[in-house]
Amino acid sequence: MSRPTADWLIRLRQNTGLASAIALFLAFYLFYNIFHPKGFSTPVLVQNADEAIALAMVAMAQTIPVLMGGLDLSVGAVMTMVNCLASHLVIGSPLQIAFGIVTCIAAGAAFGFANGCIVVYGRIQPIITTLATGAIAIGIALFLRPKPGGKVDEDLSWALTNSLSDFAETYGLFDGGKAAWFQPIAWIPAALVLLVLVILLIWVPFRRTVIGRTIYAVGSAEGAAFMSGLPVDRAKIAAFTLSGVFAALGGLFLAIQTSSGNADLPQASAYTLNSIAAVVLGGTSLLGGSGSAVGSVFGALILRVISFNFRIFDIPPLMQSLVEGLILLAAVSLGGLRVLQVKNRLELFR
Amino acid sequence: MIDRDARPLLELSQTSKRYGGVRALEGVDFACSAGSIHAILGENGAGKSTLIKIVSGVVQPDSGSMRLDGQDVRFSNPAAANAAGVVCVFQELSLMPDLSVADNISIAGPPTRMGLIDARAQRRRAEELLASIGCEDVNPLLRVRDLPLSRRQMVEIAKALGKRPRLLILDEATSALTNADVTVIYEVLKRLREDGLSILYISHRMHEIEALADRASVFRNGRHIETFPMGARSHGEIVELMIGREISAQYPTRVTRPRPAPLLEVRKLSWENRLRDVDLSLGMGEIVGLGGLDGQGQKELLLALFGVLKGVSGDMLIDGKPALPSSPVDAKGPGRRIALIPEDRKTEGLMLPMSIAENLCSASLDALSSGPFIDPGKQDVAVAEAIRQLQIKIGSPADPVATLSGGNQQKVVIAKWLMTKPRIILLNDPTRGIDVGTKQEIYGLLRVLADAGAAILFYSTDYDELIGCCDRVAVMYDGAIRVELEGDAITEQALIASALNIDTASTPALEHAS
Repeated sequence: MSRPTADWLIRLRQNTGLASAIALFLAFYLFYNIFHPKGFSTPVLVQNADEAIALAMVAMAQTIPVLMGGLDLSVGAVMTMVNCLASHLVIGSPLQIAFGIVTCIAAGAAFGFANGCIVVYGRIQPIITTLATGAIAIGIALFLRPKPGGKVDEDLSWALTNSLSDFAETYGLFDGGKAAWFQPIAWIPAALVLLVLVILLIWVPFRRTVIGRTIYAVGSAEGAAFMSGLPVDRAKIAAFTLSGVFAALGGLFLAIQTSSGNADLPQASAYTLNSIAAVVLGGTSLLGGSGSAVGSVFGALILRVISFNFRIFDIPPLMQSLVEGLILLAAVSLGGLRVLQVKNRLELFR
Repeated sequence: MIDRDARPLLELSQTSKRYGGVRALEGVDFACSAGSIHAILGENGAGKSTLIKIVSGVVQPDSGSMRLDGQDVRFSNPAAANAAGVVCVFQELSLMPDLSVADNISIAGPPTRMGLIDARAQRRRAEELLASIGCEDVNPLLRVRDLPLSRRQMVEIAKALGKRPRLLILDEATSALTNADVTVIYEVLKRLREDGLSILYISHRMHEIEALADRASVFRNGRHIETFPMGARSHGEIVELMIGREISAQYPTRVTRPRPAPLLEVRKLSWENRLRDVDLSLGMGEIVGLGGLDGQGQKELLLALFGVLKGVSGDMLIDGKPALPSSPVDAKGPGRRIALIPEDRKTEGLMLPMSIAENLCSASLDALSSGPFIDPGKQDVAVAEAIRQLQIKIGSPADPVATLSGGNQQKVVIAKWLMTKPRIILLNDPTRGIDVGTKQEIYGLLRVLADAGAAILFYSTDYDELIGCCDRVAVMYDGAIRVELEGDAITEQALIASALNIDTASTPALEHAS
């Protein structure tokens, strides 16, 4: 009999995907800052955060259907749709802005809910369902914004795309950002705080709900989940609904960041594909059942850091796609190294 | 105080269920009482599975009524049955492999705090439940995927007990357990009976039923044949009721004959820390059993011989020539002609959605092809021959193999490998969860194959099988072969003693040089 393994070791082993995503991100980002002329400074960090948040949100949106063993091809489109909606609604009096934000999130949730209902009650595979509904979302986006344009409240846009001190100054909080206790955290980008809040307030509690666990159970063994009397159908609908919420948050942030709406089809497709790449980089199994949205956030950050590095190393734009593909393949292969250690080849198929 | 036996806990009357044209259950009246362990007996396809599926809410009957504790009930899904106190441990495991043991045990009703799952309370609960069935060694944090099959089954039982059942149904729940676990489970079940639970117990192992049950009901062809107190019927009578015909001898007769020259020789085979210097030889026409407690390296030995494991050291000789295969392709190739009947027919033996014919041909496609194309003519001939040889009961060879009963599925797995004309046949617990009739056919077939010159290595968790079927039995302990028993020395006592690695002077065993 083997000795019992320590708890922390078990936990580490079960989260190697997440751990290696974090390590990879930190390595790439350190590299970037070292070679950046203004590395390790707040302006660089703020700019990086602003460019990464939308993808991080969309990657979280993709994670949940993937955990269930599905794929959501509409996340980029829903993000684009909400982006266009926000460019109409998130402006005016504080009350109007609040209403606009709530409406945008509700729109994403409703769209995801519809996806879930089609999957569950129409018995259509998620990948086909979302391929179709994604096209619908782009259609709505084009209807809302036939041409790029619109406007988002300037204060909000400024406050959320800069550091916390700018945020405090804009809204006159903490003595206009001058409070002594506030200084140690004043440099943190507001967008990063927003991302952490979304993780802490939505993802972390959700994972500990029965519905959240059911999503993992469905991805792991759907038949067993059903036989255990779990609310399988409800969990599927909830998964797509939550996916819609995260995609909407991505679209909302994109609108705030660009202060406009743009029904950009290539951009929507790029976000969808990048979200799948981020999910895989973050250690979530495409077969479902294991992984986490936090991993996907780091997966998204890795993808973004790669393109940041292109900028400082002046990689010609024509080469970028090629290099990005190679780095992505190499990174995913790292996760596949495990396969070489497997001595019982039957385990490869499990 | 109410006499528990006076009123049954569960009563079914005139219950029928059809699947398409097949009558699965026909006008069944059935009752079981609180404080009782009630065995359900019958061949595969007799209606046992349908009965428990109806009771546990997996399927709905076409007609008939069900009363629980005098109240009319109808369960539309397993959750409704669980809520009423009816809990089933299914033969097909209901665990989520990617979730932790603790998550799985509390999957349906996890302890919560402020609406969120309380991981610490859940873990304590898992530890308590596991301890109650003697599984303190399982860390609740581990993923079920990383546990061996026997531990998974114990987790499954812990999960069922966690639902605080009034009626507990065990469907072949012990078939994957080690003997030590089975003993613990017996104690637990008897304790639960004392507590007034009603337990429905489905098993193909007669000695388990005799040891445990106080009542038994026999089903045949979807009908309830008879219910009787345990002991009222002899073993022979029960088997007769089950199959409706008389069985003379369960096992083919063993003829003692001189040990043949070895066809397969294994010398100092080692792998990781699971196999330690295994020495074994296998002659033409011999059936050699692998015994011992579950998880002592038997499965790994079979996998190593079939080229599944990487990093195996030691020698394997066929006809005196080195022949350690590097992959299953290599193992079944012309030089070796080895076949492995795997442990889990649903994942390793069959492609469930594919047709019976496609499954049968899947190991011998080279022989059935002309150039790059599979020859439909050759395929049809080969399929018909295989179905005839094993008497597989099917509608059409084009039906998905998933539509067959467990016993017939296993026959398809065996037939598929016989089509490769193997010289060496490795079997990994081939009769697990299979009905008596099919088991006997498999025993008979093994002897016929051996007589035709095949060398057979046969791992079984069922001691009766090893005693009845094998010319020799190699008992494994901790990755090594401890003892080889031969002929009349193969007794239950000797098997158990060597499996537990106890040196009893009275064991008439041939000590293995190691």
